[in-house]
Amino acid sequence: MTQIAFYGIDTVRVRSEDGLLPGRLFAIEGTDGVGRSTQIQHLRTWLESSGYAVIDTGQRRSQLAGRGIDEAKQGHTLGPLTMDLFYATDFVDRFENQILPALRAGFIVLTDRYIYSLMARAIVRGADRDWVKQVYGLALKPDAIFYLDIELDPLIQRILRRGRFDYWESGMDMRLGPDLYESFIIYQRLILDEFKRMVPDYSFQVIDAMRPIPKILADIQARMEPLLPAG
Amino acid sequence: MERYGQHHFPGRLFIVEGVDGSGKSTQIALLRQWLVSEGYPVFFSEWNSSPLVKRTTRRGKKKQLLTPTTFSLLHATDFADRTEHDLIPPLKAGAIVLADRYIYTAFARDVARGVHPQWVRELYQFAVKPTVAFYFRVPLDESLKRIMGSRSELKYYEAGMDLNLSTDPQKSFKLFQKRIVTEYEKMIDEFGLTVMDALQPITEQQHQMRELVRPFLRGLHRNRQHTAAGRWLVGAGVNGGDNGRKRKTETAP
Repeated sequence: MTQIAFYGIDTVRVRSEDGLLPGRLFAIEGTDGVGRSTQIQHLRTWLESSGYAVIDTGQRRSQLAGRGIDEAKQGHTLGPLTMDLFYATDFVDRFENQILPALRAGFIVLTDRYIYSLMARAIVRGADRDWVKQVYGLALKPDAIFYLDIELDPLIQRILRRGRFDYWESGMDMRLGPDLYESFIIYQRLILDEFKRMVPDYSFQVIDAMRPIPKILADIQARMEPLLPAG
Repeated sequence: MERYGQHHFPGRLFIVEGVDGSGKSTQIALLRQWLVSEGYPVFFSEWNSSPLVKRTTRRGKKKQLLTPTTFSLLHATDFADRTEHDLIPPLKAGAIVLADRYIYTAFARDVARGVHPQWVRELYQFAVKPTVAFYFRVPLDESLKRIMGSRSELKYYEAGMDLNLSTDPQKSFKLFQKRIVTEYEKMIDEFGLTVMDALQPITEQQHQMRELVRPFLRGLHRNRQHTAAGRWLVGAGVNGGDNGRKRKTETAP
Protein backbone atom coordinates (compact mmCIF):
# COMPACT_ATOMS: atom_id res chain seq x y z
CA MET A 1 0.00 0.00 0.00
CA THR A 2 1.30 3.42 -0.89
CA GLN A 3 0.88 5.57 2.16
CA ILE A 4 -0.90 8.81 1.35
CA ALA A 5 1.60 11.40 2.48
CA PHE A 6 2.74 14.67 0.97
CA TYR A 7 5.66 17.07 1.23
CA GLY A 8 3.31 20.06 1.41
CA ILE A 9 -0.27 20.99 0.56
CA ASP A 10 -2.39 18.30 -1.08
CA THR A 11 -4.17 20.70 -3.44
CA VAL A 12 -5.11 17.86 -5.81
CA ARG A 13 -7.14 16.47 -2.90
CA VAL A 14 -5.90 12.92 -3.19
CA ARG A 15 -6.52 12.37 0.49
CA SER A 16 -10.21 13.15 0.41
CA GLU A 17 -10.80 10.93 -2.60
CA ASP A 18 -8.84 7.86 -1.59
CA GLY A 19 -8.55 6.05 1.69
CA LEU A 20 -5.62 4.10 0.35
CA LEU A 21 -3.73 3.43 -2.81
CA PRO A 22 -3.12 -0.26 -3.54
CA GLY A 23 -0.30 0.36 -6.05
CA ARG A 24 3.34 1.25 -5.50
CA LEU A 25 5.22 4.35 -6.58
CA PHE A 26 8.95 4.09 -7.28
CA ALA A 27 10.99 7.05 -8.47
CA ILE A 28 14.23 6.54 -10.37
CA GLU A 29 16.21 9.74 -10.03
CA GLY A 30 19.57 10.94 -11.20
CA THR A 31 21.15 13.41 -13.54
CA ASP A 32 21.16 13.47 -17.35
CA GLY A 33 22.78 10.46 -18.99
CA VAL A 34 23.23 8.48 -15.77
CA GLY A 35 21.31 5.47 -17.11
CA ARG A 36 17.84 5.85 -15.60
CA SER A 37 15.88 4.70 -18.65
CA THR A 38 18.00 1.56 -19.11
CA GLN A 39 17.29 0.57 -15.51
CA ILE A 40 13.57 1.28 -15.91
CA GLN A 41 13.39 -0.98 -18.97
CA HIS A 42 15.00 -3.83 -17.05
CA LEU A 43 12.91 -3.23 -13.93
CA ARG A 44 9.74 -3.24 -15.97
CA THR A 45 10.58 -6.55 -17.61
CA TRP A 46 11.49 -8.06 -14.25
CA LEU A 47 8.30 -6.84 -12.54
CA GLU A 48 6.06 -7.94 -15.39
CA SER A 49 7.59 -11.39 -15.52
CA SER A 50 6.88 -11.61 -11.78
CA GLY A 51 3.22 -10.88 -12.59
CA TYR A 52 2.88 -7.24 -11.64
CA ALA A 53 1.04 -4.68 -13.77
CA VAL A 54 3.45 -1.84 -14.47
CA ILE A 55 3.29 1.61 -16.01
CA ASP A 56 6.19 3.91 -16.52
CA THR A 57 6.12 7.64 -17.00
CA GLY A 58 8.62 10.40 -17.51
CA GLN A 59 9.08 14.04 -18.32
CA ARG A 60 7.28 15.71 -21.21
CA ARG A 61 5.05 12.67 -21.70
CA SER A 62 1.86 14.46 -20.64
CA GLN A 63 -0.97 14.81 -23.11
CA LEU A 64 -1.40 18.40 -22.02
CA ALA A 65 2.02 20.00 -22.00
CA GLY A 66 4.57 17.64 -23.57
CA ARG A 67 4.33 19.09 -27.03
CA GLY A 68 4.14 22.67 -25.77
CA ILE A 69 7.41 22.27 -23.85
CA ASP A 70 9.14 20.77 -26.88
CA GLU A 71 7.97 23.69 -29.01
CA ALA A 72 8.98 26.26 -26.40
CA LYS A 73 12.48 24.73 -26.20
CA GLN A 74 12.93 25.14 -29.95
CA GLY A 75 12.67 28.90 -29.69
CA HIS A 76 14.83 31.39 -27.86
CA THR A 77 12.33 33.09 -25.56
CA LEU A 78 11.82 30.43 -22.88
CA GLY A 79 12.77 32.02 -19.55
CA PRO A 80 13.76 29.99 -16.46
CA LEU A 81 10.59 30.54 -14.41
CA THR A 82 8.42 29.83 -17.42
CA MET A 83 10.31 26.61 -18.03
CA ASP A 84 9.96 25.59 -14.36
CA LEU A 85 6.21 26.07 -14.44
CA PHE A 86 5.74 24.48 -17.84
CA TYR A 87 7.47 21.36 -16.49
CA ALA A 88 5.37 21.57 -13.32
CA THR A 89 2.25 21.60 -15.51
CA ASP A 90 3.53 18.54 -17.37
CA PHE A 91 4.26 16.81 -14.07
CA VAL A 92 0.87 17.49 -12.50
CA ASP A 93 -0.98 16.42 -15.65
CA ARG A 94 0.85 13.08 -15.48
CA PHE A 95 0.42 12.92 -11.71
CA GLU A 96 -3.36 13.31 -11.97
CA ASN A 97 -3.96 11.37 -15.18
CA GLN A 98 -1.31 8.64 -15.19
CA ILE A 99 0.24 8.12 -11.77
CA LEU A 100 -2.79 8.42 -9.46
CA PRO A 101 -5.19 6.31 -11.57
CA ALA A 102 -2.51 3.60 -11.84
CA LEU A 103 -1.88 3.62 -8.09
CA ARG A 104 -5.61 3.40 -7.44
CA ALA A 105 -5.82 0.42 -9.78
CA GLY A 106 -2.96 -1.38 -8.02
CA PHE A 107 -0.23 -0.84 -10.62
CA ILE A 108 3.46 -0.53 -9.94
CA VAL A 109 4.43 2.92 -11.18
CA LEU A 110 8.01 3.47 -12.28
CA THR A 111 8.71 7.12 -12.82
CA ASP A 112 11.77 8.20 -14.76
CA ARG A 113 12.56 11.25 -12.59
CA TYR A 114 9.99 12.67 -10.20
CA ILE A 115 9.84 16.09 -8.60
CA TYR A 116 13.48 16.06 -7.46
CA SER A 117 15.06 16.60 -10.88
CA LEU A 118 12.57 19.36 -11.56
CA MET A 119 13.36 21.00 -8.24
CA ALA A 120 17.13 20.74 -8.76
CA ARG A 121 16.90 22.26 -12.23
CA ALA A 122 14.69 25.10 -11.03
CA ILE A 123 16.93 25.92 -8.06
CA VAL A 124 20.08 25.90 -10.18
CA ARG A 125 18.33 28.35 -12.52
CA GLY A 126 17.66 30.81 -9.71
CA ALA A 127 14.27 29.77 -8.34
CA ASP A 128 13.76 30.22 -4.61
CA ARG A 129 14.31 26.92 -2.79
CA ASP A 130 11.25 27.27 -0.53
CA TRP A 131 9.06 28.34 -3.41
CA VAL A 132 9.98 25.25 -5.42
CA LYS A 133 9.35 23.02 -2.40
CA GLN A 134 5.93 24.54 -1.81
CA VAL A 135 4.83 24.24 -5.43
CA TYR A 136 5.86 20.56 -5.59
CA GLY A 137 4.46 19.99 -2.11
CA LEU A 138 1.38 18.58 -3.86
CA ALA A 139 3.31 15.46 -4.90
CA LEU A 140 2.71 12.15 -3.20
CA LYS A 141 5.73 10.75 -1.36
CA PRO A 142 6.96 7.70 -3.29
CA ASP A 143 7.42 4.29 -1.66
CA ALA A 144 11.09 4.60 -2.54
CA ILE A 145 13.38 6.99 -4.40
CA PHE A 146 16.33 5.28 -6.05
CA TYR A 147 18.96 7.89 -6.73
CA LEU A 148 21.53 6.88 -9.32
CA ASP A 149 24.66 8.47 -7.97
CA ILE A 150 27.61 9.30 -10.21
CA GLU A 151 30.71 11.47 -10.12
CA LEU A 152 31.32 14.08 -12.79
CA ASP A 153 34.22 12.31 -14.57
CA PRO A 154 32.47 8.97 -15.15
CA LEU A 155 29.40 10.95 -16.22
CA ILE A 156 31.44 12.71 -18.91
CA GLN A 157 32.72 9.33 -20.13
CA ARG A 158 29.13 8.07 -20.37
CA ILE A 159 28.08 11.13 -22.35
CA LEU A 160 31.02 10.68 -24.73
CA ARG A 161 30.05 7.05 -25.32
CA ARG A 162 26.52 8.20 -26.07
CA GLY A 163 27.87 10.60 -28.64
CA ARG A 164 27.21 14.25 -27.93
CA PHE A 165 26.61 17.00 -25.40
CA ASP A 166 23.03 18.23 -25.38
CA TYR A 167 22.19 21.96 -25.23
CA TRP A 168 19.85 21.70 -22.22
CA GLU A 169 21.82 19.01 -20.39
CA SER A 170 24.76 21.39 -20.61
CA GLY A 171 22.69 24.26 -19.20
CA MET A 172 23.56 26.36 -22.24
CA ASP A 173 20.47 28.49 -21.60
CA MET A 174 22.36 29.80 -18.55
CA ARG A 175 25.47 30.75 -20.53
CA LEU A 176 27.73 29.15 -17.96
CA GLY A 177 30.63 28.50 -20.29
CA PRO A 178 31.92 29.30 -23.78
CA ASP A 179 31.01 25.90 -25.24
CA LEU A 180 28.92 22.80 -24.55
CA TYR A 181 31.69 20.93 -22.77
CA GLU A 182 32.67 23.67 -20.35
CA SER A 183 29.07 24.59 -19.69
CA PHE A 184 28.22 20.92 -19.10
CA ILE A 185 30.91 20.66 -16.41
CA ILE A 186 29.68 23.71 -14.52
CA TYR A 187 26.01 22.93 -14.92
CA GLN A 188 26.20 19.25 -13.97
CA ARG A 189 28.34 20.07 -10.94
CA LEU A 190 25.58 22.43 -9.73
CA ILE A 191 22.90 19.82 -10.38
CA LEU A 192 24.83 17.05 -8.62
CA ASP A 193 25.38 19.33 -5.61
CA GLU A 194 21.66 20.00 -5.47
CA PHE A 195 20.87 16.27 -5.56
CA LYS A 196 23.40 15.67 -2.79
CA ARG A 197 21.58 18.13 -0.58
CA MET A 198 18.33 16.27 -1.20
CA VAL A 199 19.64 12.82 -0.22
CA PRO A 200 18.94 13.19 3.53
CA ASP A 201 16.00 15.59 3.15
CA TYR A 202 13.99 13.21 1.00
CA SER A 203 15.48 9.89 2.14
CA PHE A 204 16.96 8.96 -1.23
CA GLN A 205 18.29 5.42 -1.52
CA VAL A 206 21.69 6.06 -3.00
CA ILE A 207 22.59 3.60 -5.76
CA ASP A 208 26.17 3.65 -6.99
CA ALA A 209 25.68 4.10 -10.74
CA MET A 210 29.38 3.75 -11.59
CA ARG A 211 29.08 -0.04 -11.64
CA PRO A 212 28.06 -2.33 -14.54
CA ILE A 213 24.37 -2.27 -15.48
CA PRO A 214 23.50 -5.75 -14.05
CA LYS A 215 25.05 -4.85 -10.70
CA ILE A 216 23.02 -1.63 -10.46
CA LEU A 217 19.87 -3.51 -11.43
CA ALA A 218 20.43 -6.22 -8.82
CA ASP A 219 20.96 -3.55 -6.18
CA ILE A 220 17.66 -1.80 -7.00
CA GLN A 221 15.79 -5.11 -7.22
CA ALA A 222 17.01 -6.18 -3.78
CA ARG A 223 15.77 -2.92 -2.29
CA MET A 224 12.47 -2.94 -4.21
CA GLU A 225 11.47 -6.52 -3.55
CA PRO A 226 10.44 -6.15 0.13
CA LEU A 227 8.25 -3.17 -0.83
CA LEU A 228 6.22 -5.04 -3.45
CA PRO A 229 2.72 -6.36 -2.73
CA ALA A 230 2.76 -9.94 -1.51
CA GLY A 231 1.85 -12.72 -3.93
CA MET B 1 14.36 34.84 -7.44
CA GLU B 2 12.80 37.75 -5.61
CA ARG B 3 9.46 37.19 -3.96
CA TYR B 4 6.28 39.27 -4.04
CA GLY B 5 6.99 42.62 -2.41
CA GLN B 6 10.78 42.23 -2.61
CA HIS B 7 11.36 43.69 -6.07
CA HIS B 8 12.56 47.29 -6.23
CA PHE B 9 12.27 48.62 -9.73
CA PRO B 10 12.31 52.23 -10.92
CA GLY B 11 9.17 51.69 -13.03
CA ARG B 12 5.53 51.56 -11.92
CA LEU B 13 3.01 48.76 -12.24
CA PHE B 14 -0.71 49.51 -12.29
CA ILE B 15 -3.15 46.67 -12.65
CA VAL B 16 -6.92 46.26 -12.85
CA GLU B 17 -8.99 43.43 -11.47
CA GLY B 18 -12.66 42.55 -11.39
CA VAL B 19 -15.18 40.11 -12.83
CA ASP B 20 -16.11 40.08 -16.50
CA GLY B 21 -18.41 43.00 -17.15
CA SER B 22 -16.97 45.21 -14.42
CA GLY B 23 -15.61 47.69 -16.95
CA LYS B 24 -11.96 47.29 -15.91
CA SER B 25 -10.65 46.88 -19.46
CA THR B 26 -12.30 50.12 -20.52
CA GLN B 27 -10.79 51.92 -17.57
CA ILE B 28 -7.25 50.68 -18.12
CA ALA B 29 -7.46 51.53 -21.82
CA LEU B 30 -8.42 55.10 -20.87
CA LEU B 31 -5.64 55.27 -18.30
CA ARG B 32 -3.19 54.11 -20.93
CA GLN B 33 -4.24 56.81 -23.39
CA TRP B 34 -3.81 59.47 -20.75
CA LEU B 35 -0.36 58.24 -19.68
CA VAL B 36 0.77 58.06 -23.32
CA SER B 37 -0.51 61.56 -23.99
CA GLU B 38 1.39 62.75 -20.92
CA GLY B 39 4.58 61.41 -22.51
CA TYR B 40 5.28 58.36 -20.34
CA PRO B 41 6.62 55.16 -21.83
CA VAL B 42 3.76 52.70 -21.31
CA PHE B 43 3.66 48.93 -21.73
CA PHE B 44 0.57 46.79 -21.57
CA SER B 45 0.12 43.12 -20.71
CA GLU B 46 -3.06 41.11 -20.80
CA TRP B 47 -4.01 37.98 -18.85
CA ASN B 48 -3.53 34.68 -20.67
CA SER B 49 -1.68 36.09 -23.68
CA SER B 50 1.76 34.43 -23.70
CA PRO B 51 2.62 33.17 -27.20
CA LEU B 52 4.69 30.33 -25.69
CA VAL B 53 1.79 28.87 -23.75
CA LYS B 54 -1.09 29.80 -26.03
CA ARG B 55 -1.27 26.56 -28.02
CA THR B 56 -1.12 24.38 -24.92
CA THR B 57 -3.91 26.34 -23.26
CA ARG B 58 -6.02 26.15 -26.40
CA ARG B 59 -5.46 22.39 -26.64
CA GLY B 60 -6.24 21.88 -22.97
CA LYS B 61 -9.47 23.84 -23.20
CA LYS B 62 -10.61 22.38 -26.51
CA LYS B 63 -10.04 18.79 -25.44
CA GLN B 64 -11.14 19.52 -21.86
CA LEU B 65 -7.91 18.12 -20.48
CA LEU B 66 -7.62 20.62 -17.66
CA THR B 67 -8.13 19.88 -13.98
CA PRO B 68 -8.29 22.74 -11.46
CA THR B 69 -4.59 22.20 -10.68
CA THR B 70 -3.32 22.07 -14.26
CA PHE B 71 -5.61 24.97 -15.18
CA SER B 72 -3.92 26.90 -12.38
CA LEU B 73 -0.38 25.85 -13.36
CA LEU B 74 -0.87 26.62 -17.03
CA HIS B 75 -2.06 30.14 -16.25
CA ALA B 76 0.89 30.56 -13.89
CA THR B 77 3.21 29.47 -16.72
CA ASP B 78 1.60 32.06 -18.99
CA PHE B 79 2.00 34.68 -16.28
CA ALA B 80 5.65 33.71 -15.70
CA ASP B 81 6.43 34.19 -19.38
CA ARG B 82 4.85 37.63 -19.36
CA THR B 83 6.58 38.52 -16.09
CA GLU B 84 9.97 37.54 -17.49
CA HIS B 85 9.48 39.22 -20.88
CA ASP B 86 6.88 41.92 -20.65
CA LEU B 87 6.88 43.13 -17.06
CA ILE B 88 10.31 43.00 -15.46
CA PRO B 89 12.45 44.46 -18.29
CA PRO B 90 10.34 47.64 -18.78
CA LEU B 91 9.96 48.03 -15.00
CA LYS B 92 13.73 47.83 -14.62
CA ALA B 93 14.06 50.45 -17.37
CA GLY B 94 11.76 52.83 -15.49
CA ALA B 95 8.65 52.51 -17.65
CA ILE B 96 5.00 52.20 -16.67
CA VAL B 97 3.46 48.77 -17.08
CA LEU B 98 -0.29 48.29 -17.13
CA ALA B 99 -1.84 44.86 -16.69
CA ASP B 100 -5.41 43.84 -17.43
CA ARG B 101 -5.94 41.19 -14.74
CA TYR B 102 -3.14 40.02 -12.48
CA ILE B 103 -2.42 37.31 -9.92
CA TYR B 104 -5.63 38.09 -8.03
CA THR B 105 -7.59 36.75 -11.00
CA ALA B 106 -5.84 33.42 -10.49
CA PHE B 107 -6.48 33.50 -6.75
CA ALA B 108 -10.18 34.19 -7.31
CA ARG B 109 -10.79 31.73 -10.15
CA ASP B 110 -8.57 28.90 -9.01
CA VAL B 111 -9.85 28.94 -5.45
CA ALA B 112 -13.41 29.08 -6.81
CA ARG B 113 -12.43 25.89 -8.70
CA GLY B 114 -11.25 24.21 -5.51
CA VAL B 115 -7.50 24.83 -5.61
CA HIS B 116 -6.03 25.31 -2.14
CA PRO B 117 -5.84 29.08 -1.42
CA GLN B 118 -2.44 28.88 0.23
CA TRP B 119 -0.93 26.72 -2.50
CA VAL B 120 -1.97 29.05 -5.32
CA ARG B 121 -0.71 32.10 -3.41
CA GLU B 122 2.64 30.36 -3.04
CA LEU B 123 2.65 29.46 -6.73
CA TYR B 124 2.61 33.15 -7.70
CA GLN B 125 5.27 34.28 -5.21
CA PHE B 126 7.54 35.33 -8.08
CA ALA B 127 5.07 38.04 -9.14
CA VAL B 128 5.99 41.71 -8.89
CA LYS B 129 3.79 43.54 -6.40
CA PRO B 130 1.78 46.23 -8.20
CA THR B 131 2.23 49.91 -7.35
CA VAL B 132 -1.57 50.16 -7.27
CA ALA B 133 -4.04 47.30 -7.79
CA PHE B 134 -7.52 48.53 -8.71
CA TYR B 135 -10.46 46.27 -8.00
CA PHE B 136 -13.62 47.21 -9.91
CA ARG B 137 -16.45 46.20 -7.68
CA VAL B 138 -19.81 45.62 -9.28
CA PRO B 139 -22.92 43.89 -7.93
CA LEU B 140 -23.23 40.39 -9.38
CA ASP B 141 -26.60 41.10 -10.99
CA GLU B 142 -25.18 44.06 -12.85
CA SER B 143 -22.10 42.26 -14.19
CA LEU B 144 -24.22 39.29 -15.28
CA LYS B 145 -26.61 41.66 -17.08
CA ARG B 146 -23.67 43.28 -18.89
CA ILE B 147 -22.10 39.94 -19.85
CA MET B 148 -25.21 37.98 -20.75
CA GLY B 149 -26.45 40.84 -22.89
CA SER B 150 -23.35 40.89 -25.05
CA ARG B 151 -22.54 37.22 -25.33
CA SER B 152 -24.42 34.52 -27.18
CA GLU B 153 -22.52 31.52 -25.92
CA LEU B 154 -20.44 30.81 -22.82
CA LYS B 155 -17.35 28.65 -23.14
CA TYR B 156 -16.89 25.48 -21.07
CA TYR B 157 -14.24 26.67 -18.59
CA GLU B 158 -15.47 30.27 -18.65
CA ALA B 159 -18.85 29.07 -17.42
CA GLY B 160 -17.15 26.86 -14.80
CA MET B 161 -18.75 23.78 -16.36
CA ASP B 162 -15.81 21.69 -15.12
CA LEU B 163 -17.11 22.18 -11.58
CA ASN B 164 -20.41 20.42 -12.22
CA LEU B 165 -22.37 23.17 -10.51
CA SER B 166 -25.15 22.92 -13.05
CA THR B 167 -25.71 21.36 -16.45
CA ASP B 168 -27.06 24.67 -17.70
CA PRO B 169 -24.12 26.90 -18.77
CA GLN B 170 -25.94 30.09 -17.79
CA LYS B 171 -26.76 28.81 -14.30
CA SER B 172 -23.27 27.39 -13.90
CA PHE B 173 -21.73 30.70 -14.95
CA LYS B 174 -23.79 32.60 -12.36
CA LEU B 175 -22.82 30.24 -9.55
CA PHE B 176 -19.17 30.32 -10.61
CA GLN B 177 -19.14 34.14 -10.80
CA LYS B 178 -20.67 34.31 -7.35
CA ARG B 179 -17.83 32.24 -5.93
CA ILE B 180 -15.30 34.43 -7.74
CA VAL B 181 -16.79 37.62 -6.28
CA THR B 182 -16.62 36.09 -2.79
CA GLU B 183 -12.90 35.43 -3.32
CA TYR B 184 -12.26 38.95 -4.60
CA GLU B 185 -13.96 40.44 -1.57
CA LYS B 186 -11.67 38.43 0.73
CA MET B 187 -8.59 39.76 -1.06
CA ILE B 188 -9.32 43.47 -0.62
CA ASP B 189 -7.69 43.64 2.81
CA GLU B 190 -5.28 40.77 2.27
CA PHE B 191 -3.57 42.49 -0.67
CA GLY B 192 -4.59 46.11 -0.14
CA LEU B 193 -6.66 46.35 -3.32
CA THR B 194 -7.97 49.81 -4.19
CA VAL B 195 -11.72 49.43 -4.54
CA MET B 196 -13.45 51.28 -7.39
CA ASP B 197 -17.21 51.65 -7.59
CA ALA B 198 -17.89 50.23 -11.06
CA LEU B 199 -21.47 51.53 -11.06
CA GLN B 200 -20.32 55.14 -11.36
CA PRO B 201 -20.19 56.82 -14.77
CA ILE B 202 -17.14 55.84 -16.84
CA THR B 203 -15.69 59.37 -16.85
CA GLU B 204 -16.07 59.67 -13.08
CA GLN B 205 -14.26 56.38 -12.48
CA GLN B 206 -11.50 57.42 -14.86
CA HIS B 207 -11.12 60.76 -13.10
CA GLN B 208 -10.68 59.01 -9.76
CA MET B 209 -8.26 56.50 -11.23
CA ARG B 210 -6.03 59.25 -12.64
CA GLU B 211 -6.05 61.07 -9.31
CA LEU B 212 -4.96 57.87 -7.57
CA VAL B 213 -2.22 57.19 -10.12
CA ARG B 214 -0.85 60.74 -10.34
CA PRO B 215 1.12 60.80 -7.05
CA PHE B 216 3.08 57.73 -8.18
CA LEU B 217 4.23 59.36 -11.43
CA ARG B 218 6.62 61.75 -9.75
CA GLY B 219 10.21 61.10 -10.76
CA LEU B 220 9.41 58.95 -13.81
CA HIS B 221 11.13 59.61 -17.10
CA ARG B 222 8.86 61.29 -19.59
CA ASN B 223 9.05 62.53 -23.14
CA ARG B 224 8.36 66.26 -22.85
CA GLN B 225 7.26 66.65 -26.49
CA HIS B 226 4.13 64.73 -25.69
CA THR B 227 2.92 66.76 -22.77
CA ALA B 228 1.02 69.30 -24.83
CA ALA B 229 -0.69 66.64 -26.92
CA GLY B 230 -4.22 65.38 -26.53
CA ARG B 231 -5.69 64.88 -23.09
CA TRP B 232 -8.93 63.29 -21.99
CA LEU B 233 -9.57 60.96 -24.83
CA VAL B 234 -12.62 59.44 -23.21
CA GLY B 235 -14.69 57.44 -25.64
CA ALA B 236 -12.11 57.44 -28.42
CA GLY B 237 -11.27 53.97 -29.66
CA VAL B 238 -11.84 52.25 -26.37
CA ASN B 239 -12.73 48.61 -26.44
CA GLY B 240 -13.79 46.39 -23.60
CA GLY B 241 -13.41 42.68 -23.12
CA ASP B 242 -10.75 40.31 -24.36
CA ASN B 243 -10.09 40.59 -28.02
CA GLY B 244 -7.08 39.23 -29.81
CA ARG B 245 -4.61 36.77 -28.39
CA LYS B 246 -1.23 37.88 -29.61
CA ARG B 247 1.40 39.09 -27.17
CA LYS B 248 0.02 42.45 -26.23
CA THR B 249 3.08 44.37 -25.33
CA GLU B 250 3.15 47.62 -27.13
CA THR B 251 5.11 50.64 -26.33
CA ALA B 252 3.86 54.14 -26.70
CA PRO B 253 4.65 55.70 -30.08
